[in-house]
Amino acid sequence: MDRLLEERVFKLLMQLSTLLIVGALLSIVVVVFVKGMPSLTLQMLTQTSNGGYYVGKEGGVLNAIVGSLDLCGGATVMAIALGVPTAVYLNEYASRSRFAAFVRNSLDLLWSVPSIIYGVFAFILMVYVGLGTSLLGGIVALTMLELPIMIRGMDEVLRTVPQRLKEASYSLGATKLETAVRTVMRQAFPGLMTAMLLALGRAMGDAASVLFTAGYTDNLPISLFQPVASLPLAVFFQLQTPFPVVQQRAYASGFILLVLILSLSVFSRLISKQFGRYTVR
Amino acid sequence: MALIPETEIQIEHLTVNYDNREVLSDITVDIPRNRITAIMGPSGCGKTTLLKTINRLTDVTDGASVSGRVLFDGKNLLEKNVDVNDLRKKIGFIGQTPTPLPMSIYENIAYGPRVHGTNDKTTLNRIVERCLRTAGLWDELNTRLSEPASKLSVGQQQRLCLGRALAVEPRVLLCDEPTSALDPISSKHIEDQLSTLRRDYTIVLVTHTLRQARRLADYALFVYFGNLIEHGSADHLFNSPVDPRTRAYIEGVFS
Repeated sequence: MDRLLEERVFKLLMQLSTLLIVGALLSIVVVVFVKGMPSLTLQMLTQTSNGGYYVGKEGGVLNAIVGSLDLCGGATVMAIALGVPTAVYLNEYASRSRFAAFVRNSLDLLWSVPSIIYGVFAFILMVYVGLGTSLLGGIVALTMLELPIMIRGMDEVLRTVPQRLKEASYSLGATKLETAVRTVMRQAFPGLMTAMLLALGRAMGDAASVLFTAGYTDNLPISLFQPVASLPLAVFFQLQTPFPVVQQRAYASGFILLVLILSLSVFSRLISKQFGRYTVR
Repeated sequence: MALIPETEIQIEHLTVNYDNREVLSDITVDIPRNRITAIMGPSGCGKTTLLKTINRLTDVTDGASVSGRVLFDGKNLLEKNVDVNDLRKKIGFIGQTPTPLPMSIYENIAYGPRVHGTNDKTTLNRIVERCLRTAGLWDELNTRLSEPASKLSVGQQQRLCLGRALAVEPRVLLCDEPTSALDPISSKHIEDQLSTLRRDYTIVLVTHTLRQARRLADYALFVYFGNLIEHGSADHLFNSPVDPRTRAYIEGVFS
């Protein structure tokens, strides 16, 4: 009897905490949506901010939307280019070595470094090479922010690929590289996408690391070497103004950011479902 | 079987350690060409390790160290400068649990030829058909080639693995308890195919079912806790074993 009661009580507690979390997340979305709704116009999506925008005149945040996509797109491509080889190396070539353990520990540490630090570090680098606030600077900062998340995520995913699957590939005469690319990464594809998404989401929503590095502008990004706007900073700047209309737009911008991340997530899940149908369970 | 067959693989003083724990000690034995050689013995006594040494899968096993010599084509295949990828092309391996690769049925068979440089569509088609026929799968699957291999039944998956191993035209097939995860009917399929394949391939079969060894083996090895206790023709080993441990095993005192 006691054990049955215990089972019920703990199940209920688990359900309650799950509900609490889902409730909290939903209420964030709802609050942001309700507060921003009056400003959620087509204009917000299709026009850039101009001088009067921040005192309540017309305009939109197209510059920040495009800027955020550029920044995160660039950073994610860079992070994939550097992160995938690192994750594969850690797993397939150096899995039990001390070096791999050291790299894993360092990455875990970097994961918890505040994003402002990445911003400052990237800024120092930029000053050193004579680069001002720019899209490129922002991409560098965000790449550094994304890398630990992406590599450790992919690392854990690759680790779950069964040894027998690799042995099957080796036994046909495939090299380590062929096995990694053609078998291991294929098997792990859905998980790799999730790791990428985690990193991308973090970069998309981060304000501090782009503050000094990407700067902000009312114009659409046209060059790697010029400042670029981003949605998190758009939210930040609009909330700081004393005008209720502009603050409302901050919420609307926040909502756009949420929808953007959500649709990227849904989109990549669709891709991984398509490619994941061959995954061996 | 009257004539003494030629030797395909010569194992000399082979010793294998995992993290300083000896799992095989001083094994010396000849594996005959185009015969089925059964490696028998209780679980965890080094049978699989012996098999994996022959195609150097021990290279990718953490903590394994190997000494001794394994001669194949007159060369010691344990030497560092041996091209393992070429070696594994000649010496195929079929594992205990069916392991389809994460791709279609067709691509599973084409995988081996592709990594060895065959990309011509018609050649690949021909290889896929030949291998699936040999594995006894062509009639069942020829309309489903683009489906994920993981959708097949476990028995079909193992036959696919057999066909996949044949696609790179090996001379030796190492089979690690290939029927242990299968139902009786699928097991019989695999056994029948191995029995036919012995004409053209040297087969080394790890098994812990005695009856399977009796049905298939031409030649047999009895391994007990890392030591090769006895080896010889299947007839000899099953009917007049010399060592008391082999006798006890054959009589089913332990398994």
